[in-house]
This record gives sequence, C-alpha cells and structure tokens, in this order.
Amino acid sequence: MSAFTTDEVMTIAASRELTGARSCFVGIGLPSVAANLARSLHSPGLVLVYESGTIGAKPTHLPLSIGDGELARTADVVVSVPEIFNYWLQPGRIDVGMLGAAQVDRFANLNTTVIGSYDRPIVRLPGAGGAPEIASACPRVIVVMRQSKRTFVDTLDFLTTVGFGDGAGARSRLGMPGAGPQVLISDLGIFRPDPSTSEMTLTTLHPGVSFEDVRDATGWDLAFSSEITETPEPTDEELEILRQLHAGSTAKGAV
Amino acid sequence: MAEFLSLESAIAANVHDGDMVALEGFTHLIPFAAGHEIIRQRRRDLTLVRLTPDLIFDQLIGAGCARKLIFSWGGNPGVGSLHRFRDAVEHDWPRALDLDEHTHAGLANRIVAGAAGLPFAVLRAYAGTDARAHSSTIASVTCPFTGEILAAVAALRPDVTIIHAQQADRAGNVRLWGITGVQKESVLAAARSIVTVEEIVDEFSDDRNAVVLPSWTMTAIVHVPGGCFPSYAAGYSERDNDYYEAWDHLSRDRAVFEDWLEREVFEVGAK
Repeated sequence: MSAFTTDEVMTIAASRELTGARSCFVGIGLPSVAANLARSLHSPGLVLVYESGTIGAKPTHLPLSIGDGELARTADVVVSVPEIFNYWLQPGRIDVGMLGAAQVDRFANLNTTVIGSYDRPIVRLPGAGGAPEIASACPRVIVVMRQSKRTFVDTLDFLTTVGFGDGAGARSRLGMPGAGPQVLISDLGIFRPDPSTSEMTLTTLHPGVSFEDVRDATGWDLAFSSEITETPEPTDEELEILRQLHAGSTAKGAV
Repeated sequence: MAEFLSLESAIAANVHDGDMVALEGFTHLIPFAAGHEIIRQRRRDLTLVRLTPDLIFDQLIGAGCARKLIFSWGGNPGVGSLHRFRDAVEHDWPRALDLDEHTHAGLANRIVAGAAGLPFAVLRAYAGTDARAHSSTIASVTCPFTGEILAAVAALRPDVTIIHAQQADRAGNVRLWGITGVQKESVLAAARSIVTVEEIVDEFSDDRNAVVLPSWTMTAIVHVPGGCFPSYAAGYSERDNDYYEAWDHLSRDRAVFEDWLEREVFEVGAK
C-alpha cells in the first residue's frame, strides 16, 4: 500500500460515496475532484452536472473553473443558467449534490459568505453561488471540506446554505424536498446525520486518525457513533487515478 | 435596430454615471474589452450586475467605477479570492461597495422576470438562510393553488446589459453558443444593450442550436476580436488559465494593481 495524504483519503472517501449515483451536481474544487475520480474509477456512467449548464460533462482533465471549455465540449447538452436551475435542479432531477464550504455547523449548515460580521467582514468569501438550491433540491447531499476548529464551528458567521437548519424536522418545515446532507467527509473522518436529531455524528475515522484528533478539531461538543469504524485505506488504483487527475490539471483544488 | 459602433462610442453613448450595468458571461464570453473601456471613460457610481463577478468586476471595482454590486458568487474560479472586491467590502477601498447578494438561481430568476416583463419571479429558495435579512429584493409568496410558501425575487431591469458573442451578421443579428449563461435574458431585460463580437459574418451557418438575438433587441454591436480575453469564446479561443492565476498576485496589493491598471487599461487605449 502506497503512502497517502489526508487530502487524498478525503477525496477518495467522497468519491466512494458516489457509487450507484446516476447524476451529481458538482461544485468546483474538492467536489469536482471527487466526482471526476468516481467517474474514472467505479462509475463511468455518472452524469456530471455543473452550474454553468453543462450536463453530462466528461472532462479528460480536472477543470479549473465550472465553465471551462472542456466541460462544454464533452457535455451531452449545454443549457442556460436559468434552465439548469429551474428545469434540472429545482425538480430534483439530479440525484446527488456535492458541496464544499468555509464553515460547517453540527447540523451541516454551511457558510460560504463571510468570516466575521456581514457588514464589516474580516474575510469576504465568494457567496452562495448554486449551493443553497443544490442542498435544498438534490435528493442527497455530500459535503466535503477540511476540518479544523476554524471550519467546524459552533455557530456559523453566516448561514448561506441550509443542511438540517436547527435540527430534526427543520427541512420539511422549510419546504425543502431533498433529504439533506447524508454525509460530511473531512480530512479526519466521516460524519452522518443522527436519524432522530439530524446532528452530524462521527461514524468513521480515516486511517491513522484518533477520536481525540477529531474532537480537538471540532468547535462543538462532538456526537459520535457507538461503533466507530475506520475508512478502508485508499487502494493503489484509487491513488493512481487521483494523482493522474491532478497531474493533468492546473487546478489547485481550491474550495 | 442595433447600430454598428466603435467600442468607445458604444460605451460613451450607452453607459452613464449612476447606471445599473450588467456585464454577463458565465466563465465563457466575458466582455473584458468593454469593461476596460468603462474604466477608461472613468464612469462612476455604477451598480454592477453579474451572477459571477470575476476578474473584470475586480478591475472595475478596484478602479472605483462601482457604488453597488448585485451578484451571486464573487471569486476567481478555481484560484481563490477577488482581492479588489474584498478590499472594497472589507476596507472601503477605493470606496465603499453596497451589496445585494443572491443565489445563482435567485439572481437568474430576477433577470428572467425582467426579460419577461413581470414584477417578480418565483422559486424554491432562501428559506432558513441569512440571505433574506440582507436583501430587500427577496420576499415570500404563497402559491394560490397549493398554499406552498415560495421565494419571490424582484425583477431586475438593468439600464444597460453588455455581453460578448461569437458572431454578428451584417444585419446586426447576434449569435452565441457553448455556455450561454444568462446573457439572452440579460439583454432582453435591459433598456439598452451592447454586444461585442468576435466576428462579423455574411450569414450564420445553421448547424447549431445557438442563441440568436435579433438585431432589433439590441442597441449597439461592436466588432472586438478577442474582446473576452482572458476568458474564451468557444470556436475562437481558449481560456487563459495562467492569466487567472497571475491575477491573484496582480490584484493582491493596491499599488501593484494601480500600476497594472495604468499600463494595461489606460495606456492601451480603446481598440
């Protein structure tokens, strides 16, 4: 077994979650890497959908942006932006949404808007993009992001995208059709929503990571499963394909 | 009917201080040359509109042209922050920038409502988010048929929309293809419009399901080959990803940016 990085484990774990999915609405950065890895490895028929309107993109290298010419050239169809959101995303036609964020809370709500106050932020982030409707409409959502006390926070500086809102039942009260974030994958482990509280609960540790490592990188009182499992180590094939994807790209994997 | 004009004349005649100006393009076909001409003509107090403000908006904001930004995602795609945008929001440099921020779906639907001549659009969005508290153009509406509570977003009608397209024919009809974003709707929503094009052709080939904007829906057509560099025009050019990565450095420091602005925009002059 080759040596691997924590980022590689995270990306590979995210790609495994796409097994069996028909279509995935892909955010740029880590989600795009994971989705392209899934298509290269175990799900060659996976339909990649980007918010630029490219449906069924089959890029041969990782795109730097969601609107790269490679995505349009290799797509089954390219539609306008109103169409991609109104006809394709909103009715729940895309199985899985995969998103990153700057901050996440215990209910998998996401912040991509500001660090600090809205009117005078310490860091102004890009904003919502397509994420809020992806998280609302897709039947299933996967969140992928690096974990630290700065990113896994008790209270978001801004609630850009609803995961489970204030907990159980919130999504149906808010009229959200999809089931919400069914998995949150960090570079330390994997979290899944508790069936009764909807709180993201540590279920799996990545190889070499301890429970204490995760607890110390979580900004809230961490809920954990009674039977924590370990992420299977990346296979040589997974690592090889992932590294080939990165080698053929100028993308830095920014979130 | 749209007039064929020089870029300088088209901007001078159609973009005024205080106007709401949409420069659309979703990674593809971004009207950089027109944005640079707005900077050269030193327009001020603009309300800039775009779903995905990227480098050209960073440049317009850093040059002091904008008072307000209506947008849904402001970053350098795949690279990181827009440093001039951040400096304006975080430190009011070169001036304070008001924001009206939406999701892509929300802003796209505002423009669709503008194009459709309706006062607002309906979509399933914004519930439970902090966005509503910071925007006066997001509200709720109850469906009269099902009782479902949905988001309502106010129609957006720019004073002028500027886009870049692949082709115009000699009658001034415009055709664009590939990733077409929300450009057609933005032109139809606006009071005036300027389209810069890669090429003027005798007639369009009919082998693609491309977006065609009839001449009478636009104000001005300008022949500006390469007018979307460093973005790209499918069939004409490739995206210059290195430029987007270099911008991260060029835009980080105010003095470096101002030097860039002087050399690459003001000294270059209109094409």
